[in-house]
Amino acid sequence: MLTIEMILMTVAAAVVLSVLGIAFGLLLLGIDRRVSARMQARIGPPLSQPYIDLKKLLSKENIIPENAVASIFNAAPIIALASSLIVLLYLPIGSMMPVLGGYGDLILVMYLLAVPALAMVAGGFASGSPYATIGAQREMVSMIAYELPLASIVIAVAWLLYSSGITDPFALSSVVANPVWTMVGPLGMVGLFVLLLTFAWVSPAELSKIPFDTPEAETELAGGILVEYSGKNLGLFTVAQGVKTLVMGGLAVAIFFPWNISPLLGLTSYAAMAVDAIFFFLKVIILMILSVTVIRTGLARFRITHVVTLFWVYLGLAGLFGLSLVILDSVLMGGF
Amino acid sequence: MSDQMKKAPYVVPIGPIHPALKEPVQFLFDVEGEVVKKADFAPGQTHRGIEWMGMRRNPVQIIHMTDRICGICGVTHSFAFARAVEQIVDIEVPPHAEYIRVIIAEFERIQSHLLWAGVAAHELGFDTLFYLAWRVREEAMDVIEYITGNRVNYGLIQVGGVRRDITPEQHPTIQKCLDGYRDLLGKMLNLFLHDTTISIRCKDCGLLSFEQALNLCTVGPTARASGVMKDVRFDYPYSAYGDLDITPILPSAYGGEINGDVYDRIVVRLLEVAQSIEIIETCLKEMPDGPILWEPKLPKLLSACKKAHGEAVGRHEAPRGECLHYVAMDGHDAPAMWKVKASSYSNLHAWIPMLEGEQLADVPIIVASIDPCLSCTDRVAVIRGTKRDLLTKEDLHRLSVEKTRRIQGC
Repeated sequence: MLTIEMILMTVAAAVVLSVLGIAFGLLLLGIDRRVSARMQARIGPPLSQPYIDLKKLLSKENIIPENAVASIFNAAPIIALASSLIVLLYLPIGSMMPVLGGYGDLILVMYLLAVPALAMVAGGFASGSPYATIGAQREMVSMIAYELPLASIVIAVAWLLYSSGITDPFALSSVVANPVWTMVGPLGMVGLFVLLLTFAWVSPAELSKIPFDTPEAETELAGGILVEYSGKNLGLFTVAQGVKTLVMGGLAVAIFFPWNISPLLGLTSYAAMAVDAIFFFLKVIILMILSVTVIRTGLARFRITHVVTLFWVYLGLAGLFGLSLVILDSVLMGGF
Repeated sequence: MSDQMKKAPYVVPIGPIHPALKEPVQFLFDVEGEVVKKADFAPGQTHRGIEWMGMRRNPVQIIHMTDRICGICGVTHSFAFARAVEQIVDIEVPPHAEYIRVIIAEFERIQSHLLWAGVAAHELGFDTLFYLAWRVREEAMDVIEYITGNRVNYGLIQVGGVRRDITPEQHPTIQKCLDGYRDLLGKMLNLFLHDTTISIRCKDCGLLSFEQALNLCTVGPTARASGVMKDVRFDYPYSAYGDLDITPILPSAYGGEINGDVYDRIVVRLLEVAQSIEIIETCLKEMPDGPILWEPKLPKLLSACKKAHGEAVGRHEAPRGECLHYVAMDGHDAPAMWKVKASSYSNLHAWIPMLEGEQLADVPIIVASIDPCLSCTDRVAVIRGTKRDLLTKEDLHRLSVEKTRRIQGC
């Protein structure tokens, strides 16, 4: 039953988690820039650079182009940030269960992940600039492209849980409680590994990073979708980008690497939660470096046609292949 | 979507200032979806009136101004201008100086092609390669500074020779840099030509056929990448190039077919770096002894220039292709006429056939693929009243008829 106390607890937890999420998301951006710089034999900016950038952006005025649709143009960054923060509230952080765990599942998370991108598309179209329009068209196309591989991952996980007789297969709490690797045979292991690789390629696309940064494409579109954004609005988009990076990492951790460190250390209660949260963030950092930083440092930008081919043909097939291996495995094991 | 909502083709302007462009030029593209249907460009955004300034100065002063025509080719323009003046005044440049001129010209080619390689990588969104190429380029810049004292405006060439010698004590440092490049080149070729993302972005992109390259009078690597055997160093050997064994580099030298795409332009430029290394080594080995100047005393040189009458064309194979200076002297301090035709002037029109039908995403790399140098190219800006204007072929014809009548006095 909902009591006032529970609602207050949830609200407090949500606020604390949002602030932490923003802070850590920006830190992730800093780590990404630093690691990438080191890989390119540069020194790179200090880790605090995203905070400095944000502080400066927030102190600057918003410039709204004359032929922009002001209401949509201004709403887009707020919606983008809000929706990425809400996804964060559905993710388990270490041993702490999702704040809003009882009110949504993986399917909702998938939809919410699409909202920041949609907000950017709306903002891009509302900018009234040809660069932003082309950027927004590209963002839509790439969204459509990467949804299929992402969906196949979610379906595979849910199928696995469902076939093992777990009552609530789509809930993130049950995903975390039952690490997927422990529920499959060798064939399923291969399938899950293929899905993990697919997820590693979907993440940079979801985050609009090279080689999938066609919507922003600095050298072609001068920032594309964000070209007309400045000041506070651009700052909000930066924060949303940081939170989105955290969310994609968190989702990968929840699905593929949900283990916690506190049982090994024999900790309980709040100490365990703190240690697990730190361990969770470490896992996110490692995953982000592997699937975002390394890929973006080592590749050139794709054309939008390449993005579609890659996701629909190669990664789409890889996702379906992984999914069918997982299903085949569970059928062979007689779980279904 | 209803017919009313369809506005394609819509116009996407790129420039005069845009991240894809390293210098100001304006493009207008009619775009349908992501495909460029029609392309047009307007140069003349960075006219500085350098010829006007030159025609009020004597050749020795102009030589130092030619250094500043281009930000990358520090020696190309002074080389071409000096050769024009030397022909008019009938100066014989000492062979030792000719070898030094060739060495610095080839170092310039190395640094310019590496700079271009970095820019190309950046246009493709491949910043890691961009940082690598520019870091590697620094070696050449260091040696250029070691030889001339400057990184950019070398101030090395003088009418009748060069202003600084390359002594035998300097050879080991230069040789060390060349050896370093020889080791690196295999790595660079591998990184640029065997990288999957670069291949899929550059192959069959920005095509310029052999016929188009010939008809549009393209020069330099742009022409050679389309299979046109064209190189001033080979066709009209000048300076020390006559003593050297040079053949123009075509993309087929790397074992492939000649397609005339962006990829072939990368191949040509990287192989030319290797060629330049060979040329410099040969020059260092075979450099004859002797003076470095025809006449070290400036007043004597200037009085010889002042007495000269006549006109001449000086040509040099710049990193971007043939650079041409026309000079006419009529017994005054300053030349009667000075005309600079930079290599990019001949290459710009190749943009139109390259760009039409391509994806918008490929515009930056195609634009960069001819290695445009616009501050070299822009020699005129037409202003009527307070507005920019265009001169058509008819206008130019009418103006030239008027001028001829005026000269003939009728």
